[in-house]
Amino acid sequence: MPVVEIENLTKDFSIGFWKKRPLRALENLCLEVHRGEIFGFLGPNGAGKSTTIKILMNLLHPTSGTARILGKPVNRVSMHQEIGYLPENPYFYDYLTPTELLTYMGRLFGLRGSELSRKVEALLDDVGLAEARNLQLRKFSKGMVQRVGVAQALINDPEIVFLDEPMSGLDPLGRMEVRRIITSLKARGVTVFFSSHVLPDVEALCDRIAILNKGKLQEAGALEDILKVRITGYEIILSRVKQEIPDEIRRSCDEVRSMEDRLHLRARDRAQMEALLEIALRHKLELISVNPVRPSLEEHFQSVVAGGQQGPAYTYAQKNATDSTDYH
Amino acid sequence: MIRRILAIARNTYRETVRDKILYNLILFALILIFSSIMLGQLTLGNEDKVMLDLGLSSISVFGMLIAIFIGIGLVYKELEKRTAYALLAKPVHRHELILGKYLGLLFTILVNLAIMTVGLELAMLYIGRIGLGGHLRVLPAVFVIFLSLALTTALALFFSTFSSPALSALFTFFLWIIGHFGRDLQSFGELTKSASVKWVCRILYYVIPNLTNFNIVDSRSVIQSSGYSMPIDPVAIAGSTIYAVLYCAAILSLSIAIFARRDFK
Repeated sequence: MPVVEIENLTKDFSIGFWKKRPLRALENLCLEVHRGEIFGFLGPNGAGKSTTIKILMNLLHPTSGTARILGKPVNRVSMHQEIGYLPENPYFYDYLTPTELLTYMGRLFGLRGSELSRKVEALLDDVGLAEARNLQLRKFSKGMVQRVGVAQALINDPEIVFLDEPMSGLDPLGRMEVRRIITSLKARGVTVFFSSHVLPDVEALCDRIAILNKGKLQEAGALEDILKVRITGYEIILSRVKQEIPDEIRRSCDEVRSMEDRLHLRARDRAQMEALLEIALRHKLELISVNPVRPSLEEHFQSVVAGGQQGPAYTYAQKNATDSTDYH
Repeated sequence: MIRRILAIARNTYRETVRDKILYNLILFALILIFSSIMLGQLTLGNEDKVMLDLGLSSISVFGMLIAIFIGIGLVYKELEKRTAYALLAKPVHRHELILGKYLGLLFTILVNLAIMTVGLELAMLYIGRIGLGGHLRVLPAVFVIFLSLALTTALALFFSTFSSPALSALFTFFLWIIGHFGRDLQSFGELTKSASVKWVCRILYYVIPNLTNFNIVDSRSVIQSSGYSMPIDPVAIAGSTIYAVLYCAAILSLSIAIFARRDFK
């Protein structure tokens, strides 16, 4: 059973003062998140990512559709016993210290006494705030507040954690720290659902992603499959060509580069790649490798969001991608 | 549920006692109470009455200011600063948040009333004209003030669930003023010849909090000298208590209903 199930979720906001009109923030979103995975939820500003997460947290009431977490409807408060949440740009009571904040949050889960104290100490160690445990939050940097936020999201040892823009406003060291925490959560079997603009981090961390734009799901599926679907060419590397590069090769490929003892060829598609390989064999050139060229997540994201690709009818990227072989 | 409400109340109390405005108000209240000793000197033999009237009024007014200034931000600040988001993502019902905030501020007001009452008792000791009985009779007077403040706090919190602090303060303050003219509103309705005005007055009389219900213990009840006394009526105090409890319950229920329907964008 998926840990998160979203079916036809729609959210309209009323805007205007005298004459209210609806603003559709989310339209018929369907999504599933599987246990133990890191799920990346992407989209430009205003796409509906935070709206979706807030509906899951029961902070917003959906206009229509349903959402369930761990099999329970999101408006059932008892479900929150098993989840953790880090809001976007978190702000906590600045007059509290991290110890006081985590103790307060722990009490809301029914934790008490020495068990709670031990948990608070362990969490502060985990997020690297042990030395600042008795400093008021108003004296914290943004990165430190973010880490406290992650700690309060984990106080109840949740099965699934929702992180809304956890990398927002962090410097590279802060982002590394959050990445380390997310990776360690996965190692502990915790499902992580997070929204982000920092695409290299998503590419490095996520098992599956969904891309949202203007309230509509554009694409969802395993990261590997989504990027594999869009192979944009092949790179063939041959060993040093002692003689002049055969004209036949120059004519048959889009790009030729000579680098030290290697010849790099770029073929636009499989047919061209196979033709080049045949030419290389005929000229007795030594083959080093053949690799498909895929766009980075950032390039793929831009093409999806900039209107190049409309959301397909399927919910998940098709797993029968056409090319997968590496020739080594 | 009780534990979560108490945890929220405890945090609210911690928040309010770290609010500087609280200390300013208590300080001014104590200054006024002690200055009533000097004012009493001008009255040629009525120092105790003047001091008690001024002292109890100060406790009432400054208690009202604490209830309004802190109450109007109780829920508003949680939403404005989005601290409520992390809170409501925990297994916390929205009504528990409202009740916890209310109880936390109520406890803050109780502590402040205790401080101001100690100040008043010290002033009474200084004057030395009031016996032990009078010192003890101050407590029912402060109790009914506490009941009116509980009601004022509920109103401030109610407005805080949907309005800005400035408007909440205005509405609460005006209701506090109008609430002291509840009996006059009722009398006006009875005297008028227009049936519709009669109905409007009757509805307003029952809807607007009738704070005259808490004007049942004053300096006359404390001093109780010949020609200047008013007995303390336990039945009237019980009636005021029930009125305060029911009215607060109604206002808090309305606050919970509004808060439950809100979207937190």
